[in-house]
Amino acid sequence: MRTKKSIYLFLVPGGLLFLIFFVVPTLYGLSLSFTNWDGLSSKVPFAGFSNYTHLFTDDTMFHGAVGNTLKFVVMVVILQSFFSLLFAIFLLRNTKTNIFLRTLYFFPTILASVSVAFIWTFIYDPNIGILNTLLKDFGLSSLQHSWLGDPHIAIYCLGIVEIWAHTGQLLIIYLAGLQQIPVELYEVAKIEGATRWQTFRKVTWPLLTPATTMVVAYTTIQSFRAFDLVYAMTDGGPNNSTEILATYIYHQAFQYNHVGYASAVSMVFMIVIAIITMLQFGILRLQSGSREKKSSKKKARSTSANPTANPKDLEYVSGGGTA
Amino acid sequence: MKFIRGPLVWLYALLILVPVLVVVESSFKSLSDLYHNPLLPSKNLTIGPYSTLLSQEPISQYFLNSFEVTAISLVMVLIFGSMISYAILRLPKIPAFILYGIFSIGMMIPTQVNMIPVYLELSHFNMVDTLYGLILVETAFLLPIAVFIIGGFMRSLSKELIEAATVDGANEWHIFWKIAVPLSTPSIASTAIFGGVILWNDLLFPLLLIKSNANQTLPLALLSFTGQYQTNYPVIFAGVLLASIPLVVLYVFLQKYFIAGMTAGAVKG
Repeated sequence: MRTKKSIYLFLVPGGLLFLIFFVVPTLYGLSLSFTNWDGLSSKVPFAGFSNYTHLFTDDTMFHGAVGNTLKFVVMVVILQSFFSLLFAIFLLRNTKTNIFLRTLYFFPTILASVSVAFIWTFIYDPNIGILNTLLKDFGLSSLQHSWLGDPHIAIYCLGIVEIWAHTGQLLIIYLAGLQQIPVELYEVAKIEGATRWQTFRKVTWPLLTPATTMVVAYTTIQSFRAFDLVYAMTDGGPNNSTEILATYIYHQAFQYNHVGYASAVSMVFMIVIAIITMLQFGILRLQSGSREKKSSKKKARSTSANPTANPKDLEYVSGGGTA
Repeated sequence: MKFIRGPLVWLYALLILVPVLVVVESSFKSLSDLYHNPLLPSKNLTIGPYSTLLSQEPISQYFLNSFEVTAISLVMVLIFGSMISYAILRLPKIPAFILYGIFSIGMMIPTQVNMIPVYLELSHFNMVDTLYGLILVETAFLLPIAVFIIGGFMRSLSKELIEAATVDGANEWHIFWKIAVPLSTPSIASTAIFGGVILWNDLLFPLLLIKSNANQTLPLALLSFTGQYQTNYPVIFAGVLLASIPLVVLYVFLQKYFIAGMTAGAVKG
């Protein structure tokens, strides 16, 4: 069938905007990363790869930011995935109470990061914060802390905020995954005399692989980008202990005017995120692929990127293929 | 399991409810009252924080700015995103695949990567500190998600229906508005909610691109309060509450759609 020229016209308005404000800046950023430009002067000194070598070899601030980002991401990914799965299992049945609780858990998702940041700044406030006040009221004054003021724990305190803000959202993804698991499987497991734990290990968990991959991928990207929250709560302090890559790029560019250098950092940041995302989706694809090959029934595979991709494509065998 | 389930789910419910309630009641306390009694409701509630905020800040202006940026960007994202999705549906395999691929990769690129060049580009066009500059940038950055959600949905539409319409001699524009868009409504609604929440709450682009007080959006204004009101929590919370009202009201009435929309965005984003 012939493609009409008129179809290409549909691409014009959106395509132009996307090109000017997204594609061009990305390439512009790449070219800037090979300069030592300060963003102000008319001279743009060419730097070759020196920004990149500096970044990998002797920029301790950058290494610190990588470490903080990893602490934050690993903590958030593990705990958020765990809690969203746990609460999805707890709230699986569609009772009135459960639906109310799901709605409540989801609520922080619609708040602005700035609002969440203020709510938690108040919770962590050393003098009148909810946390320290409660500790005092329960006679645990010794546990009181200047939460965001302590370089050893500030980054983890921020991780808790991120988890609080998004667990309810990811719970929904797991819920959709759980609700698609055929009831018959659980009946079979019951007849076979499987314990609850065995049923979870052999039925639920393997069938949840697509949902888990989605949750982990989304959480990873989300937590790598948690700029608003960190910027509004600690702005990288105390002692740069909460300086993550996203805020580091911002500070380098707009505080120190190291535009060229900040561009190099952002390119590295982009590549790291791209690799992680592809790995995660690759794992997902491999798993559903390998299951498909093993599957004796030939079934059309849904090509949608649905996290709970058609469970029918997955083989109902236990073991193997856990993320 | 049974014994932990109940306590745990209600404990987590409290973990969300208590901070929210404390913030609401704190916004009706005087500062000294808050310091003497940080947790419990006070006997003498006051609207002082609100009157302080409203007398010192052009809150209605911030609201208008936020509303303008959210509404205009969202309309553009939905229309342009649907048009691109339709083109992807109607183009031959290879260009369609390439287009879809470009927008999917666009979704992976973190906003922070582009913030420097976008800022430089806008200052080149003299569009820094203008609402329309912010609107254009926000629209461009939401397009990948829109194409991903709407395009992913359109691919599942029946090609026969559209082919039949072309045989009838209907032009593409007509088919788009009369057939493709109405059939894709669920995905467009999801994109509207996901995009709307992001736009209303976004901090990064306003922080970068808006300089003057008069052009601030709500999140940016809230952030600047911390500089002005330091730890005057009641006033800050009055601002947080006012800024959150529109979405909270919508959420109460449309929770189902919100949950579906935000999850679609999370799954695709």
